[in-house]
Amino acid sequence: MSETQTFSLDGEDVPFAPGQTVMQAAQAAGRWIPHLCWHPDFEAHGSCKLCTVRANGRLVAACTVAAQPGMAVENRTPDLDGRRQTLLQMLFVEGNHFCPSCEKSGNCLLQATAYEMGMMTPHFDMFYPDRPVDASHPETLLDFNRCILCALCVRASRDADGKNVFALSGRGIRSHLIVNHESGRLADTDFAATDRAANICPVGVILPKRRGFAVPIGRRKYDPAPASVVDVVPVKHEEEAR
Amino acid sequence: MAFELETAAHPENLKRVAIDPVSRVEGHGKVTLLLDDDNRVHQVRLHIVEFRGFERFIQGRPYWEAPVMVQRLCGICPVSHHLAASKAMDMIVGARTLTPTAEKLRRLMHYGQILQSHALHFFHLSSPDLLFGFDSDVATRNIVGVAAANPELAKKGILLRKFGQEVIRMTAGKRVHGTGSVPGGVNKSLTREERDALLKDIYPMMAWSREAIALIRKLFEDNLARYRDFGRFRAHGMCLVRADGAMDLYHGGLRARAADGATLFDHFDYSRYWDVIFEDVKPWSYMKFPFLRALGSDDGWYRVGPLTRVTHCDFIPTPLADRERQEFMAFDDGSAAGATLGYHWARMIEMLHAAESIKDLLHDDDLLGDDLVTRGERGTRGVGVIEAPRGTLIHHYRVNEDDQIIRANLIVSTTHNNQAMNEAIRQVARQYLDGRELTEGLLNHIEVAIRAFDPCLSCATHALGQMPLEVTLEDAEGTVIDRMLRDARGVCSAT
Ligand code: SF4
Ligand code: FES
Ligand code: NI
Repeated sequence: MSETQTFSLDGEDVPFAPGQTVMQAAQAAGRWIPHLCWHPDFEAHGSCKLCTVRANGRLVAACTVAAQPGMAVENRTPDLDGRRQTLLQMLFVEGNHFCPSCEKSGNCLLQATAYEMGMMTPHFDMFYPDRPVDASHPETLLDFNRCILCALCVRASRDADGKNVFALSGRGIRSHLIVNHESGRLADTDFAATDRAANICPVGVILPKRRGFAVPIGRRKYDPAPASVVDVVPVKHEEEAR
Repeated sequence: MAFELETAAHPENLKRVAIDPVSRVEGHGKVTLLLDDDNRVHQVRLHIVEFRGFERFIQGRPYWEAPVMVQRLCGICPVSHHLAASKAMDMIVGARTLTPTAEKLRRLMHYGQILQSHALHFFHLSSPDLLFGFDSDVATRNIVGVAAANPELAKKGILLRKFGQEVIRMTAGKRVHGTGSVPGGVNKSLTREERDALLKDIYPMMAWSREAIALIRKLFEDNLARYRDFGRFRAHGMCLVRADGAMDLYHGGLRARAADGATLFDHFDYSRYWDVIFEDVKPWSYMKFPFLRALGSDDGWYRVGPLTRVTHCDFIPTPLADRERQEFMAFDDGSAAGATLGYHWARMIEMLHAAESIKDLLHDDDLLGDDLVTRGERGTRGVGVIEAPRGTLIHHYRVNEDDQIIRANLIVSTTHNNQAMNEAIRQVARQYLDGRELTEGLLNHIEVAIRAFDPCLSCATHALGQMPLEVTLEDAEGTVIDRMLRDARGVCSAT
């Protein structure tokens, strides 16, 4: 038996198994690294950059970088959290996020992470993009206004449901989420409300219809504790958000 | 027929005075006066730049979102919008009757809103005018001045408001932007601890409400002619009443009475309100002018709000408030019941009614129940009407098969009272301003009249608290001759 290998995360040792990413090892050790596009059940996407840490002095995405023995990883430093806050502020202005009237409020990873990073205002000018709602499906609503392009629904539909209902299209500032059908309507796909993809969105895009604000304030996912507590091992965003 | 003082015969020879709030929100109010060289008043208009973008904004949104989203409409009575939209959505989800727990929790929330809004309106926003005089020193004519001169009174006003906010927090989940009321019912009931915490504090609220009534009564007694006649005008009125004719601020049928007391309609099913109310447009105002269809646009304008509710109901279903209602109606042969400043008296009677109703509800164990939501046959049209603090509030939606709102129409109390407020300020202009050199104190009389109805036109303009005013004196071409600015603290400066 070889000895357990470790790296240091903000000065504390974190054990890891060979092949684990920094994110996976940290989660397994009950340590929180902010993230939006990462989910334990799916292949890392490495796109949101919220998990950016400083490993041996270099900025890397914790969800894609492999843990190395003896690596010195900085996570919750003022500098890194400041960068995260800026990323979050950009996400808030790129879409139409109005938390007080959003039914995902209190269950939303974007909102919870913004609170955790001390974000008080969007800071930048709002883009106010014009993104219509797709209400065609009888059981599920798509409100693209809140999409952060994390591609979790894309991965869940493809890898867990075997369906390919969603896709990211366009590049850079023009990239957006689409429904994989020539009509573009969710009702015309083989999507079902029981799909994994129906319950994976970390923000308020893919929503069960007619549920709305059924869960009162005080009993929502992030009401009892912040994301850094609620979202460590085992991460079950979608189940707790139900 | 034109309304007297609505439009001057020869505006080209007149100078214009505008009382114009410096607006930091989407909508705002402004009063313009046209005066001749002898300061005689020729035209008086209240312009409210109403924000109606919401009706477009909500198109395409899922219906269950509306009760929460509409709370952005008003800084003072968001809960009234929350409940009016919920009532409309009850029709969409086919909830014809709510569970006792849901109905009582919604009522509790509503009475909490009435209490907090009426306390704010009376103590914070209106008592400085009433206690110190309409043209008293502007530096102290504010709640800070009241707190210095009468700390006990100011404290009770603050605690009444806080109690109302606490009721809202427990029923809605938050003091502002709560989510408690949902289509078909509510999402939470009270815990025993929450209920007991409110019960512990309710009795002083009733006592202080009675003290407030005694205060406004004394003001009427001590200044009878002024309080009776200030901005007085005759008007029709409309409000909800319960099936037995009792005051009911949460639910009922529409009752309208003409200025002479004749009943125009009674127990009218509000889900067809457009059969009795029509909205008129005037070229000089962005805000619509609703009128009672039976009487036509010239004669059909009406008042809503506390004065109408207290004088139109057959009785108030809580004993202390009903006794106060009877005294109010009998006072000086009924003169207070038709006075513009009678709004404040009626408002305090309603505050007592709200406190008594909260007390009764808190003794009802249905508040602790867990049967929260009802569903029935799905509908496509939802109308919700509620008596909001400042008057009748109508929410009307159409929802398509995909659960999206495709059309919305809202008539807020400020809009119902649009013509009535215009009448009140024209009367005040005749009574106090005509032929006199204008001063801040005199212009404040105009505001005192508006404030009797609506402290900051908040429902229509999204304002919160006192409106800062800009007063400009212009000639008929609109060139500014003189200008005075008053900020939100009531401090004046020449610019
Ligand atoms: S819809 Fe939700 S899960 Fe899908 S990409 Fe957008 S934010 Fe991510
Ligand atoms: S969580 Fe690592 S890049 Fe998004
Ligand atoms: Ni309002």
